[in-house]
Amino acid sequence: MRKSLLALATGLLLAGSVSAASAADKLKVGFIYLGPIGDLGWTYQHDLARQALVKELGDKIETTYLENVPEGPDAERSIEQLVRAGNKLIFTTSFGYMDPTLKVAKKYPNVHFEHATGYKRNPNMSTYSAKWFQGRYIQGLIAAKMSKSGVLGYIGSFPIPEVVSGINATMLAAQTINPNIKVKIIWANTWFDPGKEADAAKALIDQGADVIMQHTDSPAAMQIASERGKLAFGQDSEMIKFGPKTQLTSILDTWGPYYIERVKAELAGTWKSEDSWGGLDSHMFAMAPYTNMPDDVKKLAEDAQAAIIAGKLNPFKCPIVGQDGKPVECKGGDHLDDGQILGMNFYVKGIDDKLPGK
Amino acid sequence: MQLVLEKRAERSNTIALVSPLIAIGLTIVTMVILFAILGKNPLLALHAYFIAPLTDSYSLQEIAVKATPLVMIAIGLSLCYLANAWNIGAEGQFLVGAVAGSWIAVKTQGTDAGAWVLPAMFVLAAAAGALYALIPAICKVKFGASEILTSLMLVYVADLLLDYLVRGPWRDPNGFNFPTTAEFDSVATVPLLIEGGRLHLGSIIALLVVAAAAILLGRTIKGFEIRVVGAAPRAARFGGFNANQLIILTFAVSGALAGLAGIIEVAGPVGHLQPGISPGYGFTAIIVAFLGRLNPLGILIAGLFLALTFIGGEQAQIAMKIPLDVTKVFQGMLLFYVLACDSLILYRFKLSFPNRQVARGTH
Repeated sequence: MRKSLLALATGLLLAGSVSAASAADKLKVGFIYLGPIGDLGWTYQHDLARQALVKELGDKIETTYLENVPEGPDAERSIEQLVRAGNKLIFTTSFGYMDPTLKVAKKYPNVHFEHATGYKRNPNMSTYSAKWFQGRYIQGLIAAKMSKSGVLGYIGSFPIPEVVSGINATMLAAQTINPNIKVKIIWANTWFDPGKEADAAKALIDQGADVIMQHTDSPAAMQIASERGKLAFGQDSEMIKFGPKTQLTSILDTWGPYYIERVKAELAGTWKSEDSWGGLDSHMFAMAPYTNMPDDVKKLAEDAQAAIIAGKLNPFKCPIVGQDGKPVECKGGDHLDDGQILGMNFYVKGIDDKLPGK
Repeated sequence: MQLVLEKRAERSNTIALVSPLIAIGLTIVTMVILFAILGKNPLLALHAYFIAPLTDSYSLQEIAVKATPLVMIAIGLSLCYLANAWNIGAEGQFLVGAVAGSWIAVKTQGTDAGAWVLPAMFVLAAAAGALYALIPAICKVKFGASEILTSLMLVYVADLLLDYLVRGPWRDPNGFNFPTTAEFDSVATVPLLIEGGRLHLGSIIALLVVAAAAILLGRTIKGFEIRVVGAAPRAARFGGFNANQLIILTFAVSGALAGLAGIIEVAGPVGHLQPGISPGYGFTAIIVAFLGRLNPLGILIAGLFLALTFIGGEQAQIAMKIPLDVTKVFQGMLLFYVLACDSLILYRFKLSFPNRQVARGTH
């Protein structure tokens, strides 16, 4: 008995040392995911990007991910576990990991961190995000054209600037088509909870909305809209299979090129702490094909997309009037500046709802 | 020939001690099969789960940090359960304690308040947790309302209260609308025990709580009362013990401990109040209490063991690419086996032969 235990222990030790040796040559890249990789939305897209990274640089790197990491007390430990497992570049892929990432980054100055959608940086901690509001603007045009009731349904996650700017961009676009357009907003207070998202979609449709948009991550709302014969926009990923006759388009998170670029920089030793905020032109995100709409609406959307990419159309072009009827200060010349969008904490005129906590 | 469960003449104390070990053994055997099916090396996987986390001080600290709230809550729950009072709402008492304690931290923010802040937070959190637990206890005693239902439903009330506060009045003005308070000042933060680590004073408090519970149950009349009321209610009545009073007392104590655990978690590892501060500690602690046989020392061990499965599960995810779901299956299986093995305390397996059954019918 004792002998077999000894053999077992030796075996384990040997196995451990072998894996350590082969891993030493490769750069270890870690990922922290908010949802399960099968959420078909936010986390799914990050994992697709990770797979693209492996495909591109698989002979030089080894990737590891931790999924379903809550944005609470466990996040710091999970990030640190990745550091301790030898990962030298770590992507933390949700806003709520901001403070935990910063804490761990300060503790391990030789490890590089990439935090998605946050605003705190460190010499070894970059941030990256996308100008999704550009996509929302295109969606707003389509929504206003397609809505018969003149009421849009919007499922918000948290009233943070990224989400608020999306709602505002949608409405600014929709108002150019239909000045009386209305939007109903429900805060799900979660990024991923198919049950809650479905309930929100049902409630919005019951309140007269016939185009559903979402800033949450699961395809639940798309399925409900599909069941009820309404229209909807996907989120994060291609959701057309959940609503072949429902999806108008979807904002696709395409992190792959960014991840590959950053890992290449790390491999070359040129990684620097940066703030990347890419728009449609940078391929940080893309629009899914425009479907279930007449050709003139499709053309309108495609033209808007081309104009945004060419820099001719800015969703937050001044003058912009706030909910209180007063014009919003225009810090970027003829449009709002980046800081105003990144810290957006107001609704534009025409939104009847109240921003939570205001 | 039949295999039947037969009631034992008296409960088997040996099995009571051994059954968690049998349960762990069966869990491990099942896991080995599961790992093999997943195509992972079962020995390496078990090593990642159970051995690797015990081999360095970092993981040991993390185990202690994770076990601290579980043990504190479970000790309180064990007192309730021993006295036949079913507090299922420790999660709510944990949250209310966290909220009450945070109130002081939020109100004193940036005021250079003195060292009194943290102790005051602890006291207020414990008091709030106790008061919150008294609601179901009093409803039970006065109106006969099921404390299982009322305590459970109050969890959601607490959850929404916390939610409201961090989205509204207490929200960090510089937090970009994210539902969280600002980071607590250092006087409102639980001190760390090891520089650069995460082990904090709360773990020491948890150990003191375990010791206090062991003394209470083992050496005092009150502890004896609690055990008698639970084990033999009629005898307790004849002995003049007041069961209702004990329901109130045990609920208050368990609420206080859950509340204290709540503020320690918030002012310790988290550092601010936000939704999702508890990944279900109040419910996991129920498992810990039963896994630990409602015995203080047992609960300490069970809490550490469950924490080990969390940390080990994470390391298995990293080292072996084993999905998180397997860790959850693993924890579920453990509880399943514990409950299954517990039936052996009162029952035993017996091979019975039909002809013998006739013989037994004669006496």
